[in-house]
Amino acid sequence: MAERFLMKGNEALAEAAIQAGCRHFFGYPITPQTELAAYMSKKMPKIGGTYLQAESEIAAANMVLGASAAGVRAMTSSSSPGISLKTEAISYMAGSDVPALIINVQRGGPGLGGIQPSQADYWQATRALGHGDFHILVFAPATVQEMVNLVSTAFDLGDKYRMPAMILADGMLGQMMEPVELPEATETQAAPKTWAVDGHEFKRERNVVNSLYLTPNDLESRVKARFERYENIKQTEQRAEEYLTDDADIVVVAYGASARVAHSAVDLARAQGIKAGMVRPITLWPFPTNIVQKVAKTAKQFLCVEMSMGQMIDDVKLSINCSKPVNFYGRTGGIIPTPAEICEEIKILEGAK
Amino acid sequence: MSLNMVIAGFGGQGILFAGKIVAYSGLIDGKEISWLPSYGPEMRGGTANCSICISDKAIGSPLVTTPNVFIAMNGPSFDKFINSVEPGGIVIVESSLINKKVERDDVKVSYVPASALAEENGLKGLANIILIGKLFKEFGFSSEEALYKAVEKCVPAKKAHLIEANKKALELGMNS
Repeated sequence: MAERFLMKGNEALAEAAIQAGCRHFFGYPITPQTELAAYMSKKMPKIGGTYLQAESEIAAANMVLGASAAGVRAMTSSSSPGISLKTEAISYMAGSDVPALIINVQRGGPGLGGIQPSQADYWQATRALGHGDFHILVFAPATVQEMVNLVSTAFDLGDKYRMPAMILADGMLGQMMEPVELPEATETQAAPKTWAVDGHEFKRERNVVNSLYLTPNDLESRVKARFERYENIKQTEQRAEEYLTDDADIVVVAYGASARVAHSAVDLARAQGIKAGMVRPITLWPFPTNIVQKVAKTAKQFLCVEMSMGQMIDDVKLSINCSKPVNFYGRTGGIIPTPAEICEEIKILEGAK
Repeated sequence: MSLNMVIAGFGGQGILFAGKIVAYSGLIDGKEISWLPSYGPEMRGGTANCSICISDKAIGSPLVTTPNVFIAMNGPSFDKFINSVEPGGIVIVESSLINKKVERDDVKVSYVPASALAEENGLKGLANIILIGKLFKEFGFSSEEALYKAVEKCVPAKKAHLIEANKKALELGMNS
């Protein structure tokens, strides 16, 4: 077994990206994500990589678009307000079918909001990360180790499906230290990027990476082809973890930081004789509809727990066509709920059945 | 028994570093651990606090809201956290800097004049580590071997000459 050592979530994300072969990072500092960029600024020059602090988030995201179009593994990272600025370029990436890794270490919003942990960018990540008809892959780690593991998954699947991938973390996961084991460095890239604009040297047809299609029929057929790919991804890439769902009457659905707290709350409820369980989505897009549907066959009701006013709850309701009651408990603005608060909510639902 | 600890004081007192040593001790012992700092506009002279958990089981929330161990290194932190300590918990008070007494009778309190002890023993700046030594005596959060190894691991290479001083500070705390 490799040595386990302590790492901050932000630094672990950075190191994992380097291990996954990423040598191009473009960013702009913002709390609570800055350690990620700081780590890259120290490490990249030593390994022949590029760390570039751009003049703005908009510039950084467009640099990622350029680097990705040239076929290299490229990434950027930010926190909520900074991600909003990057959305234009992310839409261009989706429209140009280029992969890239985008990390959002969420903080409270809207506007400049606060700097404490939040999950209020769920809608943005899964619904509308920029204009136009498109999706990106969205992963929600709940531990520092999972942050490490999902970075290479995000790069690999992004390459496979030629689309941007996001790690949706939050200030708590970014700032905390936990033991991690780093994977062996892999330089194994996915299939060669034959579409990349990396110089044809008069040996092949020139490639074009572009998102502009002025003929409506052209644009429609491209978007439709992309949505066929999305359908395939929805069938094959859903990921979630179940905890004590087999006999659970009340199933909590929570991701990331709030899933950690909810896990403790489920244990507290079980200790009081309440049959509680949990589904923890690991992919937010595609949402793990299949697992939620399966659990809905035996569960009596659901409780969504989020650090927001209730966003993922929409996907839970859609997954089961509202066939069971879906309740909500959340804190927002940078407040992390406590296990006791969530357990109290579970008890209320148990009593009201 | 699981450790759910809060250490709090001024920025610059080595709050986060002391927490890291406790966390690393647990890691070296093969336990599950988490370390979560307060972050944001805190800086030297501001307030800083840190939550540390050591457990045999996977850690849920790394944010400790009802600590079973609380180390207070300044007055404002003492006031902020003293009532959140779990009944039966352990409180260690930096009594060179905090004049108050704990009014609760359901927690076990130690008063350690850590800054004064550090000064007297030529260990200026290591009051934080003295308090960790005291905590180790009161609540064996790890093996002694792991604790000393953690110091070696956490003191940065550039400051390796301070490893011995840190170990001395631990011993001083254990015997205080």
